[in-house]
Order: sequence, then C-alpha cells, then structure tokens
Amino acid sequence: MRSIHVRAGSLAAISAPVAMLGDPALAAGFLRPIGPIAEMQLLELIWASVIVLIAVLPVFVGVPVILWRYRRSNNQATYSPQWHFNTKLEILMWGVPTAIVVAFGIWLAQGVFRIDPYRTIDAEMARGMEFEIAGPTVRIDIVGLDWKWLYLYPDEGVASVGEMVIPVHRPVEIRLTSDTVMQSFMAPALAGQIYAMAGMETQLNLIASEEGETLAENTQYNGTGFPQQRGPVRAVAEDAYDAWIASARTAPPLDDRTYGLLAKSGDLAAARDDLDREGSGPFAFTLPDGALFGRVLARYMTGEPVPPETQPGSPTYDPEAARLPAAPHGAGRSVACTPTGPDADAVECPFPDDTHDNHMPGMDHE
Amino acid sequence: MNNLLGRLTWDDVKLFEVFEEFSIDSAVASGAAWVAVLGLVAVLAWITLARRWVWLWREWLTSVDHKKIGIMYIILGFVMMARGIAEGVVMRTHQATALDGGFLSNHHWAELFSTHGTVMIFFVGMPFITGFMNYLIPLQIGARDMAFPLLNQVSLGLTTTGAILVMASLVLGAFETGGWTAYPPFTGADFDPGPGPDYWIWAIVLSGFGSMFSGLNFAVTIYKMRAPGMHYLRMPVFCWTALCTSILLVFALPPLTVAGLMQALDRVAGFHFFTNDLGGNMMNYANLFWMFGHPEVYILILPAYGIFSELTSTFAAKRLYGYTSLVLATMSIAVISFCVWLHHFFTMGQSPTINVAFGIATAIIAIPTGVKVYVWMATLWRGRIRMTTPMVYMAGFFILFTIGGFSGIILANPAINWQVHNTQFIVAHFHNVLLPGLIFGIFAGIHIWFPKAFGFRLDERAGTITAVLWIVGFAMTFLPLYVVGLMGYPRRSAAFADPAFLPYMIVCLLGAFVLLAAFAGLFVTLWISIRNREALLVPLGDPWDGRTLEWATPAPPPHWNFPVIPEVNARDAFAREKAEGKPYVVPQEYRDIHMPPNTSSGFWVMLATTGFGFGMTWHIWWLAVASVISILVWYFIHSFRDHPEVVIPAVEVRRVNQAWIEAIDLGKPITRDHETGTKNRGYAATDMVIAS
Ligand code: HEM
Ligand SMILES: [Cu+2]
Repeated sequence: MRSIHVRAGSLAAISAPVAMLGDPALAAGFLRPIGPIAEMQLLELIWASVIVLIAVLPVFVGVPVILWRYRRSNNQATYSPQWHFNTKLEILMWGVPTAIVVAFGIWLAQGVFRIDPYRTIDAEMARGMEFEIAGPTVRIDIVGLDWKWLYLYPDEGVASVGEMVIPVHRPVEIRLTSDTVMQSFMAPALAGQIYAMAGMETQLNLIASEEGETLAENTQYNGTGFPQQRGPVRAVAEDAYDAWIASARTAPPLDDRTYGLLAKSGDLAAARDDLDREGSGPFAFTLPDGALFGRVLARYMTGEPVPPETQPGSPTYDPEAARLPAAPHGAGRSVACTPTGPDADAVECPFPDDTHDNHMPGMDHE
Repeated sequence: MNNLLGRLTWDDVKLFEVFEEFSIDSAVASGAAWVAVLGLVAVLAWITLARRWVWLWREWLTSVDHKKIGIMYIILGFVMMARGIAEGVVMRTHQATALDGGFLSNHHWAELFSTHGTVMIFFVGMPFITGFMNYLIPLQIGARDMAFPLLNQVSLGLTTTGAILVMASLVLGAFETGGWTAYPPFTGADFDPGPGPDYWIWAIVLSGFGSMFSGLNFAVTIYKMRAPGMHYLRMPVFCWTALCTSILLVFALPPLTVAGLMQALDRVAGFHFFTNDLGGNMMNYANLFWMFGHPEVYILILPAYGIFSELTSTFAAKRLYGYTSLVLATMSIAVISFCVWLHHFFTMGQSPTINVAFGIATAIIAIPTGVKVYVWMATLWRGRIRMTTPMVYMAGFFILFTIGGFSGIILANPAINWQVHNTQFIVAHFHNVLLPGLIFGIFAGIHIWFPKAFGFRLDERAGTITAVLWIVGFAMTFLPLYVVGLMGYPRRSAAFADPAFLPYMIVCLLGAFVLLAAFAGLFVTLWISIRNREALLVPLGDPWDGRTLEWATPAPPPHWNFPVIPEVNARDAFAREKAEGKPYVVPQEYRDIHMPPNTSSGFWVMLATTGFGFGMTWHIWWLAVASVISILVWYFIHSFRDHPEVVIPAVEVRRVNQAWIEAIDLGKPITRDHETGTKNRGYAATDMVIAS
C-alpha cells in the first residue's frame, strides 16, 4: 500500500458492487469511506479477507471434491481404511495456518497502531498514510444521552444535538462520555466506534478527506429509543463550516436548565418539544459553559451517591432535581491534593477520584 | 396479602394484557403467555390421563442413570428451542416490516432478543451438550455411571430451575431488555428496577451452578473411571472434547456466577460494583462476563467437534486421521480460549498494545481450529463415504462453519472490529458458528445415537430432507446479515431507516420460515420413525458399524451399561475387534453389579431453588428464606439417611447379556449397503474387512 491512490483503486472494486445492491445514501458505512481512517479499515478488511482466503479455499474446493470422489458407490476410488498419519501433511496442516496467522498478526498490529482511535492526527500520521491536513484541529466533546448525541464545540462556543458538522481536511479530536447508560459512538464512513460511559472519558480521532455525509449512530442498545439514536455527520468545506458555526451562535443557549431537560429520555422530536423548538431534525445551541463536558463527567465523581431521580436515563429522572456539579471533574484537584509545607500531614486529601479518567486500572492509555 | 406476594401484582400477569388493551404487540405477548400456560396444562393433563405419573417419577424424575439424565437434558433443550426459534421467527418477521416501524413495540422487541439469546445459549446449547456428554461419556470410557450420580441429578435440577424462571417471565412480569449479556448499568436498579434483570440473574446464577457441577462430575468421571487399558490416548475423541469442555465449565462458569451475584448485590442491597456513581464500574462487569463468555463458546462447540470427529471416521469407514493432532488442537483451544476475552470489547478505549495482544491471541485460536477442519477432510479422503443424514449435516457444517470461521478471524483484527462490532455482522457471525457448528453437530449426533438410546433408527429420508432444510434455511437467514452489517446496521435494532436494507431483511424472513420448517422436520422425522418403529428396530445395538465401546452394547443398553467392565487394548476398540473377526466376547464370569439408588433429591433441589429464584425476583422474601432453609434441611436429612445401593444379581446380568448374544448369533451381519434398509437390525458386517 504505497499510496492512497493505489488504495482507492482497490476500494473501487468493492464499492462498485455494493453500490449496485441498492440505494445506500448513507447505508454503505465504511464500505464508502470519506476519510483516511475508515479507508484504512476497509483496506484492512480486504487484506485480511485475502490472507484468510488462502486457508479456507482448500475447504470450499476440497470438501465437495472429496465427498464426491470417495462416495461409497464409487468403486474406482482408492480406499485406505488404516491410513491415519502422514508427517508431511501434518507439517502442512499446522504450518499453513500458522504462517497465515503470522502474516495476519503483523498486518493487524500495524493497522491497530496506525489508526488507534486515541492517536492524535498530526503531520507525521498524515505523511505515513498520505493524506492532507489543512488547518488546525477541531475539538468536539460528545455526550451520549438517551436517545441522541449531544455535540459540544467548546472552542467555538456552540453545541448541536443530532448532527455533527466537521470541516474537511482538519483533524477532529473527540472526547466522549455518557450521561446515562453505556453507548457506543460510530460514524462508519469516518472511523470505527468507541464506547461512551458515564463518569469516564474515551477518545476518538478522525478526519474527513472529502466532503460528504455519513451517519453517526449508537450501536450499543440503550432502551426503546435506540433505533432513533442516529443522525447525520456532515463533512463540509471550511466556509460552510464557518457559516454553520455562525448560525449556531444565534441559537438559544445551552444553560444548565436546558441541559437538564435535554437529558431526559427521548428522541430528537421529544427534545424539541421539551425545549419549545419548532420544526424537526437536529438543532443547535450556543454554549455558554466551555466546561460542560467536564461537569457531566463530574456528576458521577463527587463521591456522593447519585440517586435515580438525578440520573438521566432513569425512569424516575427529574430534570428539576438534577443539578450538574458546578466545577468540572478534575478542577482544582492538584491544589486540593498536593499537600505541601510544614502542615502537609494535616491536610486531608479527598479520595483520589482520577481512577476513572481512563480505563481499566493497569490498562491505561499512555 | 400484598406482602405475601412481594411486588407481584395482578397487573404483572401477562395473560390478560391483550384483553385490556388490544394491539398486535399485546396479542403476541399474551399469546406467548397462553401458549406457555396451555402447553404446560396439556402436558400435565396427558400424563394424568395416560396414568403416567408413577412411571414418570420412578423411571425418570428420580433416576440417577446417566443415560436417562442425558435424555432429559436433551428434551429440556428441545422444549426451550421451540421457544427460542419461535422468538427468532417473530423477530425476523418484525424486522422485515421494520423500515421505520415494525409491528412490535420497541420494548417487546428488546425483550425478545434478550430472552432469545439467553434461552438459546443457556437453555438450548448448554442442555444439548450436557445431555450428550452425560449419555456418552460413561458408555465410551467403559463405566457404569458418572462419578457422582446424585450430583448429576442435582445439576439437571438446577439447569431446569433456570429454564423455569425464564419461562415464568413469559407469564408473570417481563424479562430484562439488555440482551443475553445484560450489561449494567442498563440492567442496574437505577435504570431498570423491575423484575426483568432479576429473572435473568437468578436463572443464570442457579443454572450456572448446575453447569459447573456437571463440569466437575464429567472431569472426575473421565479422570477416574476409565475402563482398564483405556489410556488417555485411547479415549474416543468425543471424550477428549468432553474433558476439555468440562475443564472449561469448571473454570469459566465462576466468573459469570460471581458477576451475576455482584449485580444482584447492586440491585437488592445497594452495592456499587457496576453503578455509574460511587466508584462503580461497568467495565469490570464486561471483563468478568466475557471471561466466562468466550470460553463458553468453546464449551458449546467442542462437544460438537467431538461428534463430528466420530461421525467422519464412522461414516467414511476409516480410521480417524491425525488423532494426536486433534487431541492437541482440542487442548490448545481450551487453554487459549481463556486468553482472548477482550476481543468482545476492543472498543472500550484500552491501549493499542492491549488490543493487538488480544487480537493476535484470537487469531492464534484459528490455527488449531483450522487443523481440525483439515483433519476431518483427511479422514474423509480415501474413505468410503456414506452420504446419509449425519454426513449431510457434516457437509453443511464444513462449508458454512468455515464461512463462520472466516468472519471470526476478520473480527479478530481490532481495526476492522471497530467498524463491525455491535452490528448485524456480529449477529451473522455468531449464528454462523452456533447453528452449523453446535446445532448441526447435535442434530447429526441425535441421528447417530438415537437408535442406541431408544432401540430404533430415525427415518432416513425425512432426516435428510430436514438436514437440507436446516442448511438452506441457515444460509438464507444469516448470510445476508453480513452485508447489512458491513453497511453499518446495528444489532438489537427494532427499526431501520434505510430502504437499502429491506431486500436483505425479506430474504432473512423467508429463510426464517425455512428454518421453522426444518425445526418441524425434526418432529416429523420422529413421528414417522415411531410409526415405522418395527421396521427400524436395531436391538443388536450397532446400526452404523460403530467404532467405540458404546456400540458394543444392546440398544437400548441395560441400566448397568456393561455386563463386565471391558478391557481395552487399543483405540477404536470395537472396530478393531470387528476387523479381527471376534467381536461380542462372552464374559467368562458374571458378578453382582452395584448401582446407585434412585433419589428425589434433584427434584426437591429444583423446586426449592425455583422458589428461591422466584422469591428473589419478586422480593417475596419469606419464600426465598424458606427455600434456602428447606435445602439445608434436606441436606441435613439426606446425609443421615442410609442410601443402600441397588444390587443387580449376577444371574440377571447374565440373563440379559445372554439374550442379546443369542440374538446376535441368530442374526446375520449386514453390510453397509443395507444400512438404511429394514435388514439393519444393528448387527454390522464391518466395511473395513470387506474392502481389504
Ligand atoms: C432458528 C433460527 C434463529 C433465528 C431466526 C434467530 C434470529 C435471531 C435474531 C433476529 C436475533 C436478534 C438480532 C439482533 O440483535 O438484531 C438473534 C439474536 C441472537 N441469537 Fe438467534 N436466531 C436463531 C437461532 C439461534 C440459535 C440456534 C442460537 C444459539 C444457539 C441463537 C443465539 C442468539 C444469540 C446469543 C443472540 C443475541 C441476543 C442478544 O443480542 O443479546 N440464535 N437471533
Ligand atoms: Cu470470544
């Protein structure tokens, strides 16, 4: 895979029949990538299939042949009832799958390190995978709610429900969490999925190499509205992106009360209802508090119980009762927890609450 | 009154839902409840009218005979499979109409995939394989029963308890909606306070104890009770797979049981193992669950591999190629299967190093699996293959299972997995290994060993048609899901918005009806065979020119299996005796045989644990406490009572065995040309000799 152009050629081979299968405006998922990561994943799929095919083709061909040739009624075929071992055959039987797994494993390791969702998309990566970066990184925070995705653009001061808009050729750095049960975020034409879990942060990096539209979906079942939790992801040109941001800045603010209502279980239409927004489909906010994401994380990190009435997604959730903590998770931690000076021993350290920051203990991302 | 029934109220009785508020959805729900209740009533009425209660109690419910327990497991599996398949077909019908909708409510749909998955894995797959291991292990290693016959019966009781609880959820209350994996916090008290998750927890925990005990029992039986001369490397391959499965059962079930109990503590006692707040962490659940879950898939598939191994060599009239390779492959699969669980959540955000390690470990399992497939091909090569029903299943298995393996290796690559995880691709993959692997193996096995257990063969033509229906139905129902999965259609999704999926969903629906017909085909086959029983009788016990010890007994075998414990001096002992022209050796001396006595323990354990599970689910605390106390009291009484062994006098053993030997002496050995004809009375002229 010397260059992206070569890849595009092999991709066409698989995309074409897919296109004929129906009218997949959005459905073709990563079979129709619009970014280098998904493209690489498709390439991985093709290569893995080819490698593994070496091992399975003998079965597809050999079994029918053997069943036919050695059928009982065929008196011509050799019959060796006691034949039960052959060293060369054994070597072949164990050797070929082993060789395939070695090749498969090397390919796999390269792929995983190259497009690890946590890997920042930078010039080095762009050189290695031969794609173009034009412009600074866009930061997006995603909060999984029942049954919609909330996209926060802290640097732009806007937010959006049900629709993610990104500029092409600019790296997108996403942090995810959930303000309810576990969900899994996937925008298949751009990158693979990653879980979003309450009180925890996960990350996803992606970039669009062409303008286009794909879906962002939740793939982890989270209740009756689950099938509705999908909406467009639009990769647009820089000026269209700026225009979208500008128009979002005219929208009503996502203040705490609004957030509380938005977090109620319900699809987009229900959210519009709750917030008195006319029309249908995705809608935007201005984002007065750039630290909202951290405060959502902090809800579960206070060391206090979070009763069901204050947990979005719970059947008894009550937006009035549920208040997000004032400070984002991690704020002021170093001050409170780094006792210095002569009275250091006397300073009480709160229970270290950063164990949730990443993942399984001992399995942290560096 | 309120307190007596915990939180169970009249509204929880689903039978009348449809009368209160009619919709297709409530009709399906209430209909299912009625089918369950009326089915139960019909069975009880039949037993009463036919005056079968005493017979049922004496011959079956209190029996500790491993053969009868095995058969009861398989019957349980079929009862539950009827439900699982019905649910599968309803789901397929729903999804074919699910372009922006579908006729079921989303909630009901979620209950369906959750019960379907739970039922199919725990109460179809597990009883099937446990039933086969029960029936075959002692017969194949030359033993009279399991090492712990009473424990064996208790295990069956516990498995039944789980099945009863899942069935009860059909009539009272509702099941959980988080799938067979029941991931918290979705199934936690904060998000689902209702009885659903509790049904799941107690069904899984209680039956899980049963499965673990079974594993212990089988492992000890194989370690300790092999006939003299039956070295490990002389055991039939099925016993090897059974041994590996048993080891997996012992080590894999505890994490599940523990995870279930931790969930229970979260739910009823306010703990915070897996909650969102107070340091709870659902990732620990995911790890515990899949530490069980991955070995579980090998628990289910290994015995099927064992059946396929026996099948190839028997129906190709040829010695198994590469026995040592097969054993080695089975053992390595068992060991490696504990090292790959993380591939069920490559998407949880761990470092790439970890993903790579588990991805490669997963790919490594493909090596022994590939070896197995090649070994079976080599066994068929230069054989004399009889294309009867078992071999039809085997052919379907070869091709379809290889496709499933193919998609499995693809999934081992995290970079691809990130895209297809949680999509229909996964649904296609696991059905692709479970149906052609586990289920085809079981059905082929039933065709082979049914004559052993009941004394008559199954109708060949009906059997073959059924097998073909299974193969075709499978391919139609599940292969299209690979494509929609790659196109990004999530699993567990009650509706879809993209019309491109529709044609696939319709093919799947048609396939599901073929599968329904295939399932019915099993019972048609049974019915035809019972009607033609006389023509299909094989009392002499060896209808397929079998190779292992169980074929050297009459069909059905006597309670004590062997008149004297056989001495084994080779692999495939019976095939060798036949080839040498001296099978059916008459023992020189008969002795009294001691067999374990019947007991009602398993039955009482089942009742008490059902009461316990039901009480915990509905917060009927007195019932839960009373059940626990009654088990303790039973245990106390049981340990102080005498349990005299049943002695079968030598003359009786002699009489039974002589009658069989005489029948053989009178009979004429038939060649494989007459295998499926009426001449086949179970006395085989071995193909191997004739050819050489
Ligand atoms: C006979 C025909 C069968 C049909 C028509 C069928 C159909 C289905 C359908 C429609 C689903 C839901 C897919 C989704 O999540 O979108 C499903 C899930 C599942 N099936 Fe089947 N199935 C069949 C047989 C089996 C068998 C034999 C097994 C296992 C031995 C099995 C195990 C499962 C499991 C474990 C799930 C996952 C449930 C979950 O998501 O938690 N199925 N099946
Ligand atoms: Cu696994």
